This record gives sequence, structure tokens and C-alpha cells, in this order.
Amino acid sequence: MRMLALHLGVLAVLAAAQFLLPAYHHTNAARIMVLAVYAIGYNIAFGYTGLLSLGHALFFAAGMYATGLLVDRGGEPWLALLAGLVAGGAVAGAVGLLALRTAGPAFMIVTLMFAQAFHLAILYWGGFTGGDEGFTLSGAARRLGPLDLADPTTRYFVALALVSVAMLGTLALVRSRLGRVLVAVRENEERTRMLGYDTFRAKLLALMLSGLASGAAGSTYGLMFGYVGGSFAAIQYSILPLIWVLMGGAGTVLGPLLGTALMFYLIDLSSSVTTASQAVVGAALIGLILFAPRGILGTLRERGLRGLP
Amino acid sequence: MTRALTLPLSRRSVLAGGAALAATTSLPRFVQAQSAQPIRLGFQLHRTGIGAAYGRWYERTALAALKVVNEAGGISGRPVEILFEDDATDPRRGAEVVEKLATQAGVDLIFGPLFSHVVIGSAPRAAELKIPYLVCSEGYHVASGKLNRWVLQPGITDVRAQVTAMAPWVTQNLGRKVTMIFPDYAFGHDHRDFFSAAVEAQGGEVVARIAIPPTETSFTRYFPRIPRDTEVLYHVMVGPAVLSFVKELGEFYGTGPRPQIFGFIDSLEAVDIASPGLQFLEGSHFWEGQCRMLQPDASDAERFYRAAVGVDDAGAAVEDPRNVSCYGHMFSVWETLFAIKQGMEACNWRGPQDRQAFVEAVEAITDMPAGRERPQGAKVFNARLHQAFGHQFITKLDGGRLVKVHETRIEDSLYDSDVDYTAMPF
Repeated sequence: MRMLALHLGVLAVLAAAQFLLPAYHHTNAARIMVLAVYAIGYNIAFGYTGLLSLGHALFFAAGMYATGLLVDRGGEPWLALLAGLVAGGAVAGAVGLLALRTAGPAFMIVTLMFAQAFHLAILYWGGFTGGDEGFTLSGAARRLGPLDLADPTTRYFVALALVSVAMLGTLALVRSRLGRVLVAVRENEERTRMLGYDTFRAKLLALMLSGLASGAAGSTYGLMFGYVGGSFAAIQYSILPLIWVLMGGAGTVLGPLLGTALMFYLIDLSSSVTTASQAVVGAALIGLILFAPRGILGTLRERGLRGLP
Repeated sequence: MTRALTLPLSRRSVLAGGAALAATTSLPRFVQAQSAQPIRLGFQLHRTGIGAAYGRWYERTALAALKVVNEAGGISGRPVEILFEDDATDPRRGAEVVEKLATQAGVDLIFGPLFSHVVIGSAPRAAELKIPYLVCSEGYHVASGKLNRWVLQPGITDVRAQVTAMAPWVTQNLGRKVTMIFPDYAFGHDHRDFFSAAVEAQGGEVVARIAIPPTETSFTRYFPRIPRDTEVLYHVMVGPAVLSFVKELGEFYGTGPRPQIFGFIDSLEAVDIASPGLQFLEGSHFWEGQCRMLQPDASDAERFYRAAVGVDDAGAAVEDPRNVSCYGHMFSVWETLFAIKQGMEACNWRGPQDRQAFVEAVEAITDMPAGRERPQGAKVFNARLHQAFGHQFITKLDGGRLVKVHETRIEDSLYDSDVDYTAMPF
């Protein structure tokens, strides 16, 4: 109960922040919350199930393009948003059916190759997808019924609603029977299988849920900020959620949100004070690996906060 | 019909209440000081990422132009400052940088980006923030009408205008049967589509279009696809792989006969033309937005600009001959800053409340004569397209020097379009 209160408290702080944050940080917070949903999705696969994927940009971009292409061609934004979710989950399922036949480094390579193939397909069929330049979404395409996503307040609350669903959903998942099986797969897949669990099915489910969240994030991000582009399918967008999760704490519900926010502001603040901002980010990551390899919340959990999910 | 959802107590109303209270006490002092306030311009800079070579020279050019502007009294007598912010040549970060410059740094307007995907990714946010966004890009995205009224490009022509202007000279002087080799993404596709159309309009023929995937690092397997009757090989390869491309092309043809070669200097911006492996380009022709190497007939304005930025006669930094400039593009930064000055002075710029008036003032510009403000040459600004049209240069690599052989007229670059940004709402 205490942990549920903690998570609800974090969401309450985010809700209150909408009224207090200055304009710049207000939009940043909306961006961070949507990107955190992507990280939360990644965390389900990597943090809880132990699936180190290097291809999640595929799921993020699948959601973004499914939604973006539909609304760009006059589709109803609500249906397009739904299509983005389905695309993320379905593509993850299809990739999982093949990639989960491998494990470890092979799984990383196979997922990376699927994502690269999708990225190159976006560039190749540029006439349809907008290629590397991408395309912008009109104001009408960004209205979900009465919700105008170009409006800052609406955008903030939509982002908050999305991250709330993702965070509380993850909390429910990790406390469920399925969640315990996923953690068991991460800790010792052979033993879990020996106990009678279908570990392939569990991993596939985890990957699909992960893809669903990633697709939701990509879909919403495109609608909220009015741009869909091939760079979101590039390899760095597979690496970013890994870094966010590692920084916040893999296998913690709040870690992805914390890691996404910290990395966002680390880049933002360091670029304000030095031209070598990338070096600052690199030094921070090295420091993280040396002194808190389980991420910030993972380390806190080791050092006292034992009940942190 | 749907209506946007509004909340009874919004963040804006809470913040606005506090801000109004604070402003009440500080207003007299602000009004008094306003006329002496510096004008603050935001620069979206490709400091890191794939555009870093351009970013380094764009920053240098902007600082040189800023010095000239301020020494001549600034804009309407007010000093000018530029705030540079790295966008990592990434569209997501680009939009964040627009946000940061506009809402945190409080700049008056934003300019400077080159890469198309950054421009297109940032443009929606610039429109939402209602801040002028002047780009130094050259893709066919502003003039295509896909952006919005806040985006302007007064400092450089777009790729469609470039190839339209040069195609007649290529077909009349180098050959009528053209094989195109281009990167298989939007920039290359613009060349493929517009150059093909321009060549065919001249009675020429594109005999092969060879698209190279962007991840390719070796090109040998593509060269056998060049038809034997090719008279002109047109290449627009971009990125570090260009050195391999040229070297392998040289190995493919060896010492035997080869077609005429015409390329875009984009392939070799910031690259020393005398680099090992590039010898095969000797005798080939290039498009240059502005001639990298000082030409005997260079104008006084061009010489002034070159000296102000610190570029030697060969196109490298005066302090380091190995630091080769992006001379074919970076004039756009200089000329955009002077277009900003012209627009601000025309609308009697006071502050951000005049942003819309500024856009309308730039839209009112037509003739942009050559001079120190435009060292690349005269231009014509088309308000409907939000796009400048100007001269293009064709140079030949002769004895290791890029020698100008042709300069197109402004009229050569014009094309028909039904885009009209002035009819779009703000």
C-alpha cells in the first residue's frame, strides 16, 4: 500500500507541476513523460524480463508512423492513435516470434537488424513515408476529439494520463503472477522452465507489452509535437531507452521516468554551459556504471528501500 | 464541429497572475530601458552530430557577420547578440532547442539550421510559439509549401532552383545522356526528380538513376550499372564515404575513357580537394553555391566577406590551411543575418510583439541587391514561396584549383509553383 501511495504521490506532484512550471520546463515535462512511457515499455522487456533489445526504435517508430501516416491522409486521430498502439504491440509480437528463438548477444543483433531494416525501409520508400526528412502534421490531425494537442495544457494532461496508465499498469504487472514469472525468467530461465512455465510465451508477452507501450509513446509523441521522421527509427532511439532505464534503475517502476528526466536535463543543462556537452553525458554514464551499476533507484533499493517495485 | 478543451484554472492563468503583479512594479523601468536593450537572436546550431562540420563554419560565419552588424550600429541602433544552442543535428532536439531559445532564453527570433530533417522537425514548434524561424537549408522543403508561415529562407536557394538553373549548361556543354548517382534518401531524391525533369526539358536524357543506400561504404558493385553510352556522370554523394566513392570510381575507369563528371560540392564541403584519392576528380565540374577558391573576378564584397570570416584564397581557415570551410553554403548564414536586419528595421522592431510584423516585412522584400550584405550575389525573394532565388556557380577542377566556368542568372533558377505562404494564417 505504501508503494502504491508513493507512485500516486509522484503522479500527484506531476499534476501539480502543470500549474507551477514555467513555459519551457512545462513543455519539457510533457516531452519527458511521453518519452518515459517509451522507457517504461523498454523496462518491461529489459528490466523485468532480462531481454536486452537493441531494436526498440522499431516499435516506437511503428507506432509513430502508423498514427502519423493515417492522420496525414485524413484518418480519425483517435483511431490513428489506437492503430499506433496496435502497431507497436503487433510488430513486437512478430519480431518476438523470430527473435526470441535466440538469446543474449544474438537477440541483441537480431532485434537491431529488424530495426535497421525498418529504418532503411522508411528511407527507401521516402515518397510514402517522407524518408529522412519526415513530415509535419496539421493542426486538424492533432485534435483527439475535444482535445487539441497543440494546446500546452491539454498536451501536458494527455502526457500525464499516458504516463499514469503506463506506470500504474507496470506496477500492477510486476505485482501480478505474470510479473513474477517475468522476473523469474530474468533471474533463471532454465529453472523457470523446469518449474513448468512456458518461458517463450512469457517473454513474447513481455515483448508485446513492451512494444505496446513503445508504440503508444511514439504515436503520442508524433501527435503532440506535430512531426514524424525517420530519425526516430534510427539506432540511437534504440539506445536511448536503454540509457534512460539504466540511469533510473532497471527493474524499478519509477526508474524509467527518473532516468528519462535526468538524461534530458543533463543534456539540456550541460549544453548551456559547455560546447562539450556530449563529454559531460559520457562522463555521467561512466560514473553511473562505476558507482551505481543498478541505476539510481536500483541502488537505493539495495541500500534500504527494499520494497521498491 | 469540435472545440478545444479548456480548463477553468490553467497553468497560464496562475503564472500570468504572478507575472502581472511583478510587471506592475517593474514596468516603468522596462519601458525606459527597452530602446537600449540588445536584440537577441537564437541560433540553432549543428554543433554535434552529422552536421558538425557545417555547424563549425556556420557559427564562425554568424559571429563574423554579427561583428560587422554591430560595428555598423547594430539593428535600428540597438546592439545584437546571438545565442548558439546545439541541436545535435537531430529533429527532436531541434524542436527542443527552438523551445529553449524562445521560451527560456527569450530570443527575438531563431535562425541558422541547415539539415532538412531538423528544419522540418522544428518548424511545427516554431509555428506554435509564433516565432520567426529563418533557415539556411537548401532542401526543397520551404518552397514546397509543406511548412508554415513562420519559416523563411532568404539566404540561399533551394535544390530545385539549383538544378533547374544548371541543367541547361550541363546538357549543352558536357553531354545529353546523363547517369545520376545519388544517396537513396530525400536529398538525393530531390536531385533525382528535379534534375531529371530539367534535363529532359533541355532535350537531354537521364539514361540511368543509381540510388546508393545511405549505409553503403563501398561502391564498386554499383559502377557496372553505369550505361556505356553515358556522357555525363552526375553525383551528389554526401558524407565521409565520398572519399571511397571517388577512389573506387577512379579504379573502375582506370586510365581508359570516362564520361564527363559533374558533382555537387556538398560532397566535398570541409574536405580538402587535394586529399589523397580525389585525384580522379581532376577535370570534373562542380556546382558551388559560392566559389570556394577566390576567383580573379571576385567582387569587393566577396573579398570583404572572405576576410571577415577568416578564409584564405583556397577556402580554408586563415590560421589553419587544413581546416577547409563549407564555403559553398555558409554565406547563407551571413546573408540571413542581414535579411533579419532588413526585416527588423522595416517593421520598426520593438520586441517579440512585432514577430508577425517582421514576417510580413520580410515577405515585402523583393529585390536583394549584391553588396556586403549579400556577398554571394544578388537575389530575388519570392514572398509566396518564402524562398530566395539567386545565382549559381559551376567550377572546374583544373590543376587542383576550382576555377569558375559559368555563373547562372537568377531567372535560370525560377520555376512554377502554386504555393502561397502569404495566404496562410499566422
